[in-house]
Amino acid sequence: MAKITTGAINYVAGSSRNYKTGSWRSMKPIFHEDKCKFCKQCYEFCPDSAITLDETKKKAVVDYNYCKGCGICAKECKFDAITMEEEVK
Amino acid sequence: MVKKVMRGNEATALGAKLCKPNVVPAYPITPSTLFPERISEYVADGELDAEFVLVESEHSAMSAAIGASATGARVCTATASQGLELMHEMLFIASGMRLPIVMAVGNRALSAPINIWCDHQDGISARDCGWIQFYTERNQEALDMMILGFKISEDPRVLLPSMVGLDAFVLTHTMEAVDIPDQDKVDKFVGKYNPAHCYMDVNRPITIGSFSTPDTYMEFRYVQDKVMNDAAKVIDEAFAAFEKTFGRKYSKITAENTKDADIILVTMGSMTGTAREAITKMRAAGKKVGLVKISVLRPFPKKELIEALKGAKAVAVVDRSLSVGLNIGPVCSEIGATFINEKTRPMILSFVAGLGGRDILITDFEEVHEKTTAALKKGAPEKDTYWIHLKEELV
Amino acid sequence: MREAMTMTSEMQGHVIERPAGRKELFESGHRGCAGCGEMIAIRQVMSAAGPNTMIAICTGCIEVATTGYPESAWCVPWIHAAFENSAAVASGVDAALKALKKRGDTNVMAFGGDGGTFDIGFQALSGMLERGHNITYVVYDNEAYMNTGIQRCSSTPYGATTTTSPKGKLSIGEKRPKKPIAAIVAAHDIAYTATATIAYPADLKKKVQKALQANKEGKGACFIHILAPCPTGWRHGSEETVELSRLAVETGSFILWELEGGDMRNMKVTKMVKERKPIEEYLKTQGRFSHIIKNQTELAKIQAMVDEKCNMYGIGPVVKK
Repeated sequence: MAKITTGAINYVAGSSRNYKTGSWRSMKPIFHEDKCKFCKQCYEFCPDSAITLDETKKKAVVDYNYCKGCGICAKECKFDAITMEEEVK
Repeated sequence: MVKKVMRGNEATALGAKLCKPNVVPAYPITPSTLFPERISEYVADGELDAEFVLVESEHSAMSAAIGASATGARVCTATASQGLELMHEMLFIASGMRLPIVMAVGNRALSAPINIWCDHQDGISARDCGWIQFYTERNQEALDMMILGFKISEDPRVLLPSMVGLDAFVLTHTMEAVDIPDQDKVDKFVGKYNPAHCYMDVNRPITIGSFSTPDTYMEFRYVQDKVMNDAAKVIDEAFAAFEKTFGRKYSKITAENTKDADIILVTMGSMTGTAREAITKMRAAGKKVGLVKISVLRPFPKKELIEALKGAKAVAVVDRSLSVGLNIGPVCSEIGATFINEKTRPMILSFVAGLGGRDILITDFEEVHEKTTAALKKGAPEKDTYWIHLKEELV
Repeated sequence: MREAMTMTSEMQGHVIERPAGRKELFESGHRGCAGCGEMIAIRQVMSAAGPNTMIAICTGCIEVATTGYPESAWCVPWIHAAFENSAAVASGVDAALKALKKRGDTNVMAFGGDGGTFDIGFQALSGMLERGHNITYVVYDNEAYMNTGIQRCSSTPYGATTTTSPKGKLSIGEKRPKKPIAAIVAAHDIAYTATATIAYPADLKKKVQKALQANKEGKGACFIHILAPCPTGWRHGSEETVELSRLAVETGSFILWELEGGDMRNMKVTKMVKERKPIEEYLKTQGRFSHIIKNQTELAKIQAMVDEKCNMYGIGPVVKK
């Protein structure tokens, strides 16, 4: 770690990305591109900002580095485009 | 040079105004109420361009002060006694977050029982908070310390808040002639608050007030402590620069008549004036007695105190507060700790006087001297703490 | 000797892999529970507020999970001081920006959990509202002191079990009804008060933007009460968070409304529910109500409490399907 800052200020925005919460998962969301209608609801509901929207492909993409496998995206998807599977390590 | 007669509160408010604070969040409490009243008048008349925030409690006053200071504003406020206690947790936080807030404290007794008069308990109970602490003797000193507070606190080598203590009623409400420093000179002396480390700005999204685990907390505290101790040097520099600019000399402690003194009295705050009178009287009667006044309690002036006191046979420390159950006065305990490993040390006696606004008289200091003399004869103090002017018949 | 200086990412020893063009204002890697409702609320609020925003927040789940030194999930200026004073700290930020003439179009927001808002932070909140600061206060409400392990708060609804209002042989759990925080805030006669929840992001974001616009126009303080289910504290599956907030609205347990000014007669329901689901639908998947579901008397009591509130707000009757 670098020397501590004055007053414990964190100077780097978004530095929480250093910690890969993907290691928390026991279930994993599988994104089925063919069924994705790009409604963006999964993006709205991800607590971890782990889903991004690919504007060119018009599909939702998950970052497994950070996905905690909560399953909200799969439950909320109205098009069965996301299913949960067991995480195999 | 403009001289005006004013109360201590007005002096601190004026001292603050001269430094052009940006934000003043304040809550009324006896005896400091006149400070926010004056500030509100300055703002209402356009004499001070500041945001005066009438918060709903002292805790919110310090919270708002922290928010404002972290946004890059120069901030000050005033409180006393119960108000200082209510914001107690925020005092530690302001210091830990390294925010140079300046606060006037009308040193007043703490409840219970409720008492609005002069006492050092409020300031003493905040010794550990990481604030630079001044205890002033006169209204002039109170005004000047507000200016010095900004100068010292905002120094990039310090960045710790300071509190300027002035005795309730004896200073806060008493009229004294005060020299008003030149605005231009003050502008030059304190400059503008220009924080590099901490300011909220959308172009620099920083996180202020993070959560530190056992992995890093000790290091933050070590730095805070080191900065406070090293601030002693910054304070000396600031005092020297103040003397050069404004012609008045201050020091962390002031030693008077101590070189040949057998007994030295140690005081803080307005009681110093009475002690000085008593000493003049006693010197005239041939007694070799001296005076050390402590103006800066934090950072603790260890070096200076050892230097000033080591030659005496006995040191009588007069505390205007208690640490209940410690059996000696708080300032006395600090001085005792200072000498603990010194090869030569005087006998150190603890006296408690003037609690809850009971006047400390010349005769009281004469009694202190008497008791100290008796202890020297005996070879040890008779009591752990001598209570001066206590009404024995009531207890 | 540490000097105050502008730190760069190198000096703080970080290398952050932030993909190019990423606009998230609330980043991944925070330590919130899987399925945390508060984090979803924060994301939606931040998306509505935008990068020109400063936040003052109080101690709680969010603060602890997102800012462990030396990391931070936040991409806007952010300050935390203590538990009971995000409104007071935000007041200071607002005053400073005004004094330094740096406010411009910047949003100043105060965030707090239900603990730091309904209870310990209530005084500071009331003070901030009354002084008319141009601040939007957002309370993300998970109905208990969750960060310290699920203790009862004045936000805890009747019948819920918490660690300090536990169900037991002599107790049905929390005995008091939920404090109507939004109505109390509205009585301060402020610029804008609203309730929202995460299942309705469009409604939530619209309300946040309305509030921030009122701040920009100098109309004074605004307040948004967001219901944020908590898998850990409410004892439900992590995937049910959003569905539960939807059920809260569909059963009339949580009503989405907004109000400008202080006259509740002008209150407008923004999500009208014409046919309510029975309250059991909302309670049955939450472990904290498992003892209530088995108890017909208490269930009826809760249904009656919800019915009364819904009548007051003009929400439709229960229709069992």
